[in-house]
Amino acid sequence: MFNHLLSLLIWLPIVGAIPVLLAGSGRPGLARWISLLVAVLTFLASLYLLPAYNAADGAMQLTESHVWIASLGVHYGLAVDGISVALILLTTFVGILVIVGAWEVIQNKPHQYMAAMLVLEGLMIGVFCATDALLFYVFFEAMLIPMFILIGIWGGPRRVYATLKFFIYTFLGSIFMLIGLIYLYLKAGTFDLHTLAMLPLTMKEQSWLFFAFLAAFAVKVPMVPVHTWLPDAHVEAPTGGSVVLAAVMLKIGGYGFLRFSLPIVPDASEHFAWLVIVLSLIAVVYIGYVALVQEDMKKLVAYSSVAHMGFVTLGIFIAFMLVRDANNLDAAKLGMQGAMVQMISHGFVSGAMFSCIGVMYDRLHTRQIKDYGGVINVMPWFGFFYVLFAMANSGLPGTSGFVGEFMVVLASFTANPWIALFAAFTLIIGAAYTLWMVKRVLWGDITNPHVREMKEINGRETFVLAAFALAVLALGIWPQPLIHLMDASVSQLVQQLAVHKI
Amino acid sequence: MQLSTTILLIIALAPLAGCLLAGFLGKQIGRAGAHSVTILGLLISCALSFYVLYQITAGGAPSYNQDIYTWFEIGRLHVSVGFMVDRLTAMMMVVVTFVSLLVHVYTIGYMADDPGYQRFFSYISLFTFAMLMLVMSNNFMQLFFGWEGVGLVSYLLIGFWYKRPTAIFANLKAFLVNRVGDFGFLLGIAAVLYFLGTLDYATAFAGAPSLIGKSLALTANTHWDAATVICVLLFIGAMGKSAQVPLHVWLPDSMEGPTPISALIHAATMVTAGIFMVARMSPFFELSEGALSFVMIIGATGALFTGLIGIVQNDIKRVVAYSTLSQLGYMTVALGVSAYAGAVFHLMTHAFFKALLFLGAGSVIIAMHHEQDMRYMGGLRKYMPITWITMWIGSLALVAIPFTSGFYSKDAIIEAVGESHRWGSGYAYVCVLAGAFVTALYTFRQMYLTFHGKERFVVVGHGHGHDTHAIHHEVHDHGAHDAHGDDHHAHTDDPHHGHKPGELEHAPHESPWVVTLPLILLAIPSLLVGFFTIGPMLFGNWFGQAIHVEEANNVLGELGREFHGAAAMGLHGLLSWPFALVALAFVITTYIYLFNPAMAGRIKSALKPLWTVLDRKYWVDDVYFAVFARGGVKLGRLFWKAGDAAVIDGVLVNGSAGLVQRIAAGVRRLQSGYLYHYAFAMILGLILLLGGFWVFGSGQIGQ
Repeated sequence: MFNHLLSLLIWLPIVGAIPVLLAGSGRPGLARWISLLVAVLTFLASLYLLPAYNAADGAMQLTESHVWIASLGVHYGLAVDGISVALILLTTFVGILVIVGAWEVIQNKPHQYMAAMLVLEGLMIGVFCATDALLFYVFFEAMLIPMFILIGIWGGPRRVYATLKFFIYTFLGSIFMLIGLIYLYLKAGTFDLHTLAMLPLTMKEQSWLFFAFLAAFAVKVPMVPVHTWLPDAHVEAPTGGSVVLAAVMLKIGGYGFLRFSLPIVPDASEHFAWLVIVLSLIAVVYIGYVALVQEDMKKLVAYSSVAHMGFVTLGIFIAFMLVRDANNLDAAKLGMQGAMVQMISHGFVSGAMFSCIGVMYDRLHTRQIKDYGGVINVMPWFGFFYVLFAMANSGLPGTSGFVGEFMVVLASFTANPWIALFAAFTLIIGAAYTLWMVKRVLWGDITNPHVREMKEINGRETFVLAAFALAVLALGIWPQPLIHLMDASVSQLVQQLAVHKI
Repeated sequence: MQLSTTILLIIALAPLAGCLLAGFLGKQIGRAGAHSVTILGLLISCALSFYVLYQITAGGAPSYNQDIYTWFEIGRLHVSVGFMVDRLTAMMMVVVTFVSLLVHVYTIGYMADDPGYQRFFSYISLFTFAMLMLVMSNNFMQLFFGWEGVGLVSYLLIGFWYKRPTAIFANLKAFLVNRVGDFGFLLGIAAVLYFLGTLDYATAFAGAPSLIGKSLALTANTHWDAATVICVLLFIGAMGKSAQVPLHVWLPDSMEGPTPISALIHAATMVTAGIFMVARMSPFFELSEGALSFVMIIGATGALFTGLIGIVQNDIKRVVAYSTLSQLGYMTVALGVSAYAGAVFHLMTHAFFKALLFLGAGSVIIAMHHEQDMRYMGGLRKYMPITWITMWIGSLALVAIPFTSGFYSKDAIIEAVGESHRWGSGYAYVCVLAGAFVTALYTFRQMYLTFHGKERFVVVGHGHGHDTHAIHHEVHDHGAHDAHGDDHHAHTDDPHHGHKPGELEHAPHESPWVVTLPLILLAIPSLLVGFFTIGPMLFGNWFGQAIHVEEANNVLGELGREFHGAAAMGLHGLLSWPFALVALAFVITTYIYLFNPAMAGRIKSALKPLWTVLDRKYWVDDVYFAVFARGGVKLGRLFWKAGDAAVIDGVLVNGSAGLVQRIAAGVRRLQSGYLYHYAFAMILGLILLLGGFWVFGSGQIGQ
């Protein structure tokens, strides 16, 4: 069966959703336990990737390939490298925590909620495994459906607006990618990503394709100025939806750049790297200021996500300047690794932040900062976690939030000190918006009498927050295992950047 | 004899273990358990630090420099967690663990009634761990870890009494101002990596000479000298952490924290991290005259102008806080004239006498039932003789009376500045000399107001006195910003509990032994350590390779030629200008506060404009708040409303959304609205789509 490990990882949660649905609304307890079992099994199976994947060799491994649509040459092609393995582990880890996090919280059709979560998990794993562009596209689009449902059914009062916005944004983005893929198919006769990476393309072709890919992935990341769907989607999404959205789905944008833009259109990517870099820096500074004035905690963390994801795109595209202009492969690897570490770290930190907000929302049914104040007085253990994650969000060394940003800032200084200057501004503005929120929510005396009735986190909530906390600290104290896992793959990617297609 | 890795690990980790036990098991192990485990951890750490210092000075152990584990490795860049222990580090370790240990003991008395007792011990042990990681680091990454780690604990401790609005304002302010410094610091580290390709100290220092002649292209025509860029950026970090002008504004507000941490973090150790860092980076700083001038001028400005503010403070802790700012300025000036050893020497003596002064102030505050305003004190010497005498010892050291520790360190700095020919040293010399006078003014004023003269409080028991009303009236004139804040304990809802300021329920009395013992143990080195260590530390090349000074910059070497022992220096000090200024200040303050108390008010009225300038702290805080805090929020609102909401959403998104919505309205009838249908259809569709090749595919399986 280990020849089909990747298929197992994709289909186990998707097929596992069927018994969860069949358990029905009459037996919500059974549905919950089945989903937990499925999520845990998926996580355990994903752990098997670690021994099965040879980290010393950065190439694609655990390959599966079957002809799917013969007439179009489309394959059901799966394989992983170090970067995919890291992202799959993140997905399955978060997969368990959202199931546990939703346990008693979702009372309305819990079986359907859990099933949607499991399907979503499988589809996201599919995205990280696909080596065929069309298969990637199918997973990439299919993923929207369960998320759409999660927000649409269990969302807040403005969920229709949010889902529509979410849908239009992402759909418009990805339709351009589809056109680009069709063009590539007509030219190469295949959707195989490895072959497409070898395909010679003129600068003009590359430029068009670059913007087609950019449209799809920039929305997903999201980059300024196509980020405004995210705050709305988060605000309306149920906690679990927000966690998955922030922790995993956004990473698919960054991942897309690595799998599509960099290998297929390297020269256009180099040519337009400045654009992505400028947009990334705007994300750090401009979005930082916007986050500062948010009154809704979820919006604040959503904007903070946009700012933090700016480091991902910055780290990826700075590599071009470093490889091609400065011929500094080590610095390029540093930037790229920084981007990858930032993706994983942001998965933990944003997932944890949204979980914390969920915990408070379940008690007070508001996300407005002004309704809180002095939460620490009644929930000291919660306060411990909240401060820890807030510090990670502010990039405190010793937490995962520091590692990626540190690496990207170091690498950008080598590319251009001005870029580093703007990027490092996150130290100030990131701490400002995060800790100002902490001040108004957690510290202080209780002013709202309802806050006094808030109960300390229970065992289930403690489990979720503690799991996130361990991940945040482990990665912050010893990032080398993660970096080693991805090192060979990142090296390959960086060497690929040096190769011109024209 | 080699230093042992195990011992160094124990030194660093013992306080962390104490922190975790007291923090996570605080309820289980109780109050006594919490202070026992943390003090035990510190005791181990402190004893072993002394042992390491002994090994490295008397035992002939070579400097230690080893990696413990690989933090990350990318290409040729290897970043580790590791220790570098030379004489500079060993001295810092002793200072940090010794002061921390005493503060732990003191806390037993000071925080006795506080409900956050265990949490407090956990925090101060965590602080000690972070500070040790900072000073023991052998690379820039770990330095930054410790640097921000102590910042985190400082944040937690300033806001320890989290119900007080002023405390949680102060801790946010402290963190953010420090982050401004860290912003420069991080870029400085990036510059080191850029020019030298490493984050390891030893490799970077070895490569420092290669910086000469290199430059950083900021624009096509602007090139900055590499060493200057690195040093100025790193020093910006030090300006934040060591509260140098203009990033000094957080330190006075940090007095919102409980007094033990004011002594430990905001006087003796954390705020000196910047000084330590610059001394550590001396191989870089020696390459840049420009950066050193910058350092010197910043330091000199702080030494004089923050000291001046101390004169008009009425809160006993704030006087000490401004004094700390001023003394940090002295250390920085010393760095700026390449007298790194002088800076570190003053750091050490200051750690003892300033911790003593803060803990003494804390002892007074306990006696006064958490009244911090000196206008309600006076005559306390007969109630608390140990506090009184030890605080006088600390004060004499602070104003640099010959033969005290503070004299040796501060006088050496003033002499070194006089000896220096660096650009701006004339200005710096005036500042440090005038600073000596100012220091004496606020110090003697504080001592007289607190311990001498008439008692300005009344013991009322449960009745209410009427003779204090005049005082109240004066106090309320000072306006709300004048923080005569009360270092209150969280267990009492209101520290005065029905009493007006200046009214005490019981007569003040001497503090318990856990409080006075640390005072005595700090008074001894405050008095003596300078006399015995100045010879080797300043003039005997005690630091060896740890501090690097170019021959042309070696002002301490110049002074060393005229140094004929500590006793001779002390005698000579009696005839020097600084001592004359101190004596003048002594006469003035003695006359005013002991013999003619009404005169203080008259001087204040006569110099009202000047007094206002100092009272408003040169309006620096007000400007920062208006520009950066209010301005930042305004800018954010503008970006949000004009950028995100109006342009992107208003024009681009909702326009198209409206269109789609109209179409969707038509299509909506086709849909059942049951989630169950959607979900199942979704899964089935996927399975059919992806599984379809088994049935309809060409039959080729695998390739």
